[in-house]
Amino acid sequence: MRLLIVEDDPVLSDGLAVGLGLSGFTCDAVGTLADARAALRDHEFSAMVLDIMLPDGAGTDLLAQMRAAGNRLPVLLLTARDRVRDRVEGLDAGADDYLGKPCDLDELAARLRAMLRRGAGRATATVAWRDIVMDPAAMTATRGADVLRLSRREFAILQALLDRPGRILSRAQLEERLYGWQEDVESNAVEVHIHHLRAKLGRDAIQTVRGVGYRVAEGG
Amino acid sequence: MSIRLRLIVVLTLAACILWLSAVLWIAGSTRAQVQRVLDARLAESANMVSSLISDQRIAVGTEGPVTVPMPATTDLSRQLSCQIWSLRGDLIGASSGAPDERMALAEGFSDTMIDGVPWRVFAVHNDDLGVRVMVGDRADVRGGLVAGVVRGLLWPAAVLFPLLAGLIWLCVGRGLAPLEQLAAHLRARRPGDLRPLPDAPAPREIRPVRRALDSLFQQLDHVRRTERDFTAFAAHELKTPLAGLRIQAQVARRAGDAATRDRALDAIALSVDRSDRMVRQLLDLAAIDSDGASPEALDPAALIAEIAQDIAPQARAAGVELAVQARDLPPLRAPRVLIHSTLRNLVENAIQHSPQGGTVTIAARHDAQGLTLTVSDQGPGIADLGRATDRFWRGGAGGQGSGLGLAIVAAAVDHLGGSLHLDPPDGGQVVRITLPLSPA
Repeated sequence: MRLLIVEDDPVLSDGLAVGLGLSGFTCDAVGTLADARAALRDHEFSAMVLDIMLPDGAGTDLLAQMRAAGNRLPVLLLTARDRVRDRVEGLDAGADDYLGKPCDLDELAARLRAMLRRGAGRATATVAWRDIVMDPAAMTATRGADVLRLSRREFAILQALLDRPGRILSRAQLEERLYGWQEDVESNAVEVHIHHLRAKLGRDAIQTVRGVGYRVAEGG
Repeated sequence: MSIRLRLIVVLTLAACILWLSAVLWIAGSTRAQVQRVLDARLAESANMVSSLISDQRIAVGTEGPVTVPMPATTDLSRQLSCQIWSLRGDLIGASSGAPDERMALAEGFSDTMIDGVPWRVFAVHNDDLGVRVMVGDRADVRGGLVAGVVRGLLWPAAVLFPLLAGLIWLCVGRGLAPLEQLAAHLRARRPGDLRPLPDAPAPREIRPVRRALDSLFQQLDHVRRTERDFTAFAAHELKTPLAGLRIQAQVARRAGDAATRDRALDAIALSVDRSDRMVRQLLDLAAIDSDGASPEALDPAALIAEIAQDIAPQARAAGVELAVQARDLPPLRAPRVLIHSTLRNLVENAIQHSPQGGTVTIAARHDAQGLTLTVSDQGPGIADLGRATDRFWRGGAGGQGSGLGLAIVAAAVDHLGGSLHLDPPDGGQVVRITLPLSPA
């Protein structure tokens, strides 16, 4: 799950990126609205953590513009302005959730997961497909009674594929989800991860759609 | 003392004085008038007696005094006494009730004392018969008469005066009613209510007061709004570093590797330093705004040296060199906190925006204009000089500072009566402050 963090305080921004990274998110952080617009234009994100008071304007303005343009990206507002009126304004501007500063890293991660879950139309915290059950909060996956030992990136790929079974994700899309800007993408890394996943889940779990990408079968 | 009471007292006193003067004047003139009338009666009576004697209607012999019968009356005040004396000095005739002693020695009007009773007498000389006719009446009787007349005048005055005072009291009350209404309205206001006064017709004298009050409310409202905004900003700006601290602490606790943990701990240290500076700046700003500091004689060179020494570790950590050019400066009379916060914030700003290996120069010189302090760095300069002194404006740099430094400097320089110049960047930012050497 790739997140865009828009926060101008470098210590907080860095803490969020690292901390949410430890919770299984891939994070990119920017400090201005202009950079946020550029990032949203050039990359695909699963969700956004948005500060309101930014050096070049209000985060709520960006949010309103995105919603006006039909962008449905889940957005969590993270701000020091957390009086009821501010929260109402933020939510009415199109935010999916709202968290006041200072916040708890676990709560933020849980809210982001809940937001993503709602976005995917699921009600439960876990993702189930055939006999595979993933728990994004605990970052664990089981197949029947067996606990699967997945690396962080394998977990992320599996989560992306199980998020909407049947949908084909290209290699580039998977890479986007796995790597932030600062990280170098190794060539054929995605193929390697898919290969490892097939070894752990069974050969037929992940299908290759030739020339397009990968998917898991719809409906389980 | 209320205006109402003051007006009532002043008006009543003034009325009292006027009233008394008028009463005294009327009493005096009435008394004089009555005296004149009585005197005229005396003279007339004396002349009448004299002419009666001349007509021989009354015989004046030499045998001895005769008593001239006068119409009897019970009213003492009307009773005149008459004496007729020969030129030799014998009493020829007298009216009943007249004293035995000679009533007057001179012609015309005179006042005499006979047996302890004051008399007013008119004497006329009758040349034909060689007699002197004297007609007089008792002064105390006259006094009683005059007093009666005056009393008749004074009684209504005395009765009317309380009525006048009451009228003054009523009129003052009515006249002050608009002021009373304004006061009642102000009394009923809640402290937070800074709306303009209700638009009611008011007398001309009240209008300036209402305008002044409205203007004061407006200013207060502005100040309160500014303060509220400032507090909201300050709370926001303090919460963000706190959020950073908390998140980084959680990262440090759960980080699997030492590198991530160390990075988080470094970030925590950085954030604590920045929050500390920001709290200090907020306190500086509050101190400057409260304007409570009293001026003292300061040695600018010593102050600059002290600040340079304070900030030296910070400069070393940033890899910036501090250069001080300040010698032979006259003493400056100013509140220490203002000069100190000004310089400290300027130097800290300069260090923050200096590239590694750069130099921050603090220079001071004096001339006829006053003392000029200059802090220059070799950084990129301030992009938007117009907004640089806005509170919490960070110049788009993002997280480099609280955005309070130059706001503090601007506020302090304003209080010092000096001027702040931000020279357009040309190979580094130069901030110049000119202070009067003996600020008013």
